[in-house]
Amino acid sequence: MRGAAATLRFELIALQGVLERNAYLVKRYGWWELAFFVWSLANTLTIVFIAEGVEATGGQVDVNRLTTQLLIGAVIWSYLGIVFEILIETVAWERWEGTIEYTFMAPLARPVHLFGMGLFAIIYGLIRSSLLFIVIAQFFDIKFPVANFLAAVLVLGVASISFIGIGMMTAVLPLISPEKGMQMGYIGQGMLLVVSGVYYPVEVLPRWMEWIATVSPATYALDGIRDAILEGDGVGAMWDEIWPLLVIGAVSIPLGLEVFRRGEIYAKRHGKLKRSG
Amino acid sequence: MSQVALATARTRPSAPDGVPAVEVVDLRKEFVRREKKGKDRVKRRRRVAALKGVTFTMERGECVSILGQNGSGKSTLVRLLSTLLLHDGGSAHVFGHDVFADPRAVRRLVNRVSVEASFFKKMSSVENLSYAARFYGMSSSETREKIPQILERVGFPADRNKHGMEDLSRGMQQKVALARALLTSPVLLLLDEPTTGLDPRSKLEVQDFIREMRTAHDATILLCTHDLAEAESLSERVGILHKGELICLEPAGELKARFGVATLEEAFFAATGRAFEEEEEDEDANGGEG
Repeated sequence: MRGAAATLRFELIALQGVLERNAYLVKRYGWWELAFFVWSLANTLTIVFIAEGVEATGGQVDVNRLTTQLLIGAVIWSYLGIVFEILIETVAWERWEGTIEYTFMAPLARPVHLFGMGLFAIIYGLIRSSLLFIVIAQFFDIKFPVANFLAAVLVLGVASISFIGIGMMTAVLPLISPEKGMQMGYIGQGMLLVVSGVYYPVEVLPRWMEWIATVSPATYALDGIRDAILEGDGVGAMWDEIWPLLVIGAVSIPLGLEVFRRGEIYAKRHGKLKRSG
Repeated sequence: MSQVALATARTRPSAPDGVPAVEVVDLRKEFVRREKKGKDRVKRRRRVAALKGVTFTMERGECVSILGQNGSGKSTLVRLLSTLLLHDGGSAHVFGHDVFADPRAVRRLVNRVSVEASFFKKMSSVENLSYAARFYGMSSSETREKIPQILERVGFPADRNKHGMEDLSRGMQQKVALARALLTSPVLLLLDEPTTGLDPRSKLEVQDFIREMRTAHDATILLCTHDLAEAESLSERVGILHKGELICLEPAGELKARFGVATLEEAFFAATGRAFEEEEEDEDANGGEG
């Protein structure tokens, strides 16, 4: 019993280390964080203005509803980008700094390491995406008469389990290809969102893409968040979105860990942990 | 025993007496190289042996130096013992724990200082050390007390504790690297050219620190170096790794006597059949896996 408690304490302290390191880096790169936030803002605005653009060019749309739909899509795109980027940096940043060998030779359980990165990604992503949502909403006269923001955040939290699992799979890419692995991760993020109805209903997609949408957690996250904000649905009414997210999460986390484990074995067999460049 | 040492001991696997600190038997490692060959200049894969059946043991508290050019396999040996590479044959044990079957147990006993003092460049020395210490089970209260003490012991100025690593000289960064290794109280310390590129004063400070690690902490030390004087003054036995083979491993005096020469440098020439300068020229030209 004492042994189990000591082991748990050891792992929790290691988890704290991963969270602390990321917090230090955000603090030390504060001005860059601000610059990237401005970039996210500009990027999101270009999407959300489309609703007003459609009306200005003679289209018959419910501008408030379309603006909100686009805003949710753009914010989820940004959130997913943050989660994937932080998980990919598990390897990529440390390789660049040259610290990767010290981290990988430390007695740190890889699931704890990856879970720590994922947990930080969720906390940081939620804070930044909420700020983005609030700031962008100020640019438009959007009304949320029935919005249930708490339920929306809950759906995003449940979806994040699957995002972390998929992120773990992309995190392995810089181990396999130090030069191009990180960019491959961004491709993964784009592919996930294109089939998930990020700015449009999945029904407009070709049949085969619609099928892929049914196994993408982003589909259920976007549906659930839109239902919570536009229709005011509570957690009970969103069970249709929540249970697939739980199932995909239950599969993707062990799968992500296994993919990373195999990637680590490959890197250790071929000497790819060594810093290059 | 200090609070930190106690905390580390609680979760550390055993390092029993009577078991060799390091036991390496017929250890082999190959890398795949892609190179253009033949008239058609088509890229082909070729397996290159980095270690060819290396065998040796180290007793607890012993310091062993390994000499050889980078391409000789020194860094590959250190990386294998650090659990950063997987082997292609043979075995390696650290205090009885199989390096490849039980890497987590080995990781709790081992730390390493390499030629590059690798840190998060924007983070301060204290932040970098805290990050490393957490993985060895040290809590915030433990590191708050211990890190300033260790930095002071390695001669790191207290007024630079909060400066980013990128603002520190190479010598200072290497002191923080030594502090990182000391912080985790390793029973086996792997040093891969720790003094390369340091000015004479910093070099002497690092060498004094290595001696202190042995006397005060009973650490076993494997030192890979190009510095023959350093190897002779710090270690009980000196090994020469040449093209992936450990061609000798014995006290410096016996090595010199075996080849009937007066200096370790001459013994190195005699053992490898080449001048040490030639080896370094080769290494510059190859720049390959160490």
